[in-house]
Amino acid sequence: MSTAALLGQDPGWLILVKGLLIFVFCVVCTLMAVWGERRIVARMQMRLGPNRVGKFGLLQALADGVKLALKEDLIPAAADKVVFIIAPIISATTCFMAFAVIPFTGTVTLFGHKTAMQLTDLPVSVLYILAIASIGVYGIVLAGWSSGSTYPLLGGLRSSAQVISYEVAMGLSLVAVFIYSGSMSTSEIVAAQHKWWFSVILFPSFVIYVISMVGETNRAPFDLAEAEGELVGGFHTEYSSLKFALFFLAEYVNIVAVSALATTLFMGGYHALPGLTFTEGWLGGWFTLFWFIAKVVSFFFLFVWLRGTLPRLRYDQFMKFGWKVLIPTSLVWILILATLRVMSQRAVSRIIVMGFSVGVVLLVVLITTMYDRTTAKAKAAAVLPDLPLPSFPIPALPGQLTVNHLTIDQTQVVTELENHNG
Amino acid sequence: MLHNSFHFALTVGRTATPEAVQFWILAPLAVIAALGILVVKKAVHSALLMAWVMVTLAIFYIAEDALFLGIVQIVVYTGAVMMLFLFILMLVGIDSSESFVENLKGQRIPSIVAAIGLGGLLVSLLGRATVSAPAAGLVAANAEGNVQGIAKLLFTQYVWAFEVVSALLITAALGAMVLAHSQKVRSPFAQRDLSIARFRKSSLGDAAGLPASGVFARRNAVDVPALLPDGSPAPTSVSQTLRSRGDIITSAPFALEAIEEQED
Repeated sequence: MSTAALLGQDPGWLILVKGLLIFVFCVVCTLMAVWGERRIVARMQMRLGPNRVGKFGLLQALADGVKLALKEDLIPAAADKVVFIIAPIISATTCFMAFAVIPFTGTVTLFGHKTAMQLTDLPVSVLYILAIASIGVYGIVLAGWSSGSTYPLLGGLRSSAQVISYEVAMGLSLVAVFIYSGSMSTSEIVAAQHKWWFSVILFPSFVIYVISMVGETNRAPFDLAEAEGELVGGFHTEYSSLKFALFFLAEYVNIVAVSALATTLFMGGYHALPGLTFTEGWLGGWFTLFWFIAKVVSFFFLFVWLRGTLPRLRYDQFMKFGWKVLIPTSLVWILILATLRVMSQRAVSRIIVMGFSVGVVLLVVLITTMYDRTTAKAKAAAVLPDLPLPSFPIPALPGQLTVNHLTIDQTQVVTELENHNG
Repeated sequence: MLHNSFHFALTVGRTATPEAVQFWILAPLAVIAALGILVVKKAVHSALLMAWVMVTLAIFYIAEDALFLGIVQIVVYTGAVMMLFLFILMLVGIDSSESFVENLKGQRIPSIVAAIGLGGLLVSLLGRATVSAPAAGLVAANAEGNVQGIAKLLFTQYVWAFEVVSALLITAALGAMVLAHSQKVRSPFAQRDLSIARFRKSSLGDAAGLPASGVFARRNAVDVPALLPDGSPAPTSVSQTLRSRGDIITSAPFALEAIEEQED
């Protein structure tokens, strides 16, 4: 029986129980994620991180939450009051909605009912998640606009530009999954990955999705909407108390949501790792929940790792990367993939398919080498002839490169310096 | 595949109870919001109400078994309203309210005629679709799957209309960009221009810049005018904004003589 048909038999109370379980899962995930992030980042920076409240500091996030709730709730005089209050509510409600279509386990028995741990399944569930995500952004943009202050407005505008550009890349990376699985329903996409995970067959799409999911959730190195070095707190500068806590909650639930979507679409969903498929029957099918959570947690670790490693991008670099790298790459990749798919459906002979693939690879290699050559030539022409010999540290003039710039051949600089110094 | 919890619609011409309930709750809200688009003062509020109308319509579509259309409605129109939002900020200004000054003279009558014409066109189209044509029913429309059915229509029968609409939208977007992007690369009153203007004036009194505010060593805040050598306050040393707001205090109590008198 298909998952959709199985879910159609759920009695009303079971749907309510599942909804409640999903809500609890998200809130607990947020508490654990805040603690986990602080501990992991601390470890990467050779600190200890929160370790006082509860065992290993596990209750730190809870304590912080209580403290936030007891703070004074301020609404700036220049704020647009209604929108100012609605904005965090939009953020915090939409972030939970994506979980309605995420399959947590395969078929299991819950209170004597045979069902799947998934609230509902739509024929277009992945599009549904995209729709919910695009409503969620309204929370951030409206918060920025309604604060009646400059920095939040800048943060909100950045966020809207960011989401519009990275949602295109994300949608394009999902198209490859739709083409390959022949469906937009999450449970059917998981079923289609029974043999091979899409992160293997559709590797370029996977990479594009992972990059754009970091952009979508406003996380480092793409956290330009709340860049604290430039915009104080970005869109949430004017927020305090519970309203701020709602934005905080939404951010972490969104991280878990995009990680869960990545797991579902590319990492085989709740299926076990290759070679361990015998574990899927353990505990009456409930053991698959462990695999799902393990995959989501590894994606979360990736988020924290990125934050601990990479500096924030400059805004123009970020936009250029989205529009000039991610989107064209996705488009070309979808063209190639669709061609291959049509070939395999029409049973074109294997030689033609191989010839097409080899041709594409050769073309890519050729274009990249030519691009590298021309840029290297341009750089060599621009830099090397009148290389300034720095006698003392002075800032470079426009168009001039300093010695520690990466593009300069280091050995040549060293020899020239030696000649200069005798 | 389509047997999901959103299966509300029944055979042609009948309405299921849940669908009727959601209609009588959401439809008035949608109509109120739609009227609100015209009534509210701030352009951003109009945009928000617009988003609400679009989301309500999407819920109607979903309840009518047009799942794909409903979801795509949300994806497309939330993005579109977001663009509208940005256009408002770029073209009209952040806190703009509607002004009733007519920029184009005599546009009122042609626009009323055009609006009535468009309304008549829409009503006649809807009438032709609902009254004369026999309804096929949702079961027949979704026979090959909801997504597949729409895809077939879009890429065969309506492909030309679709392309034309997309061209129209791109034109509108480009037009808005051209209008928003001003040709002035820099402000006419850049530092250089201001400097030149200072030297072109009849007196070279403040060619080196305006005097700084405050009475040296006594009170250097921006709300105290500086004292000139003859003991009179220098009005140009405080900001015009502060002066017009009445937020400046006199500098006499901070002058050296006044302090000395106090100490004596």
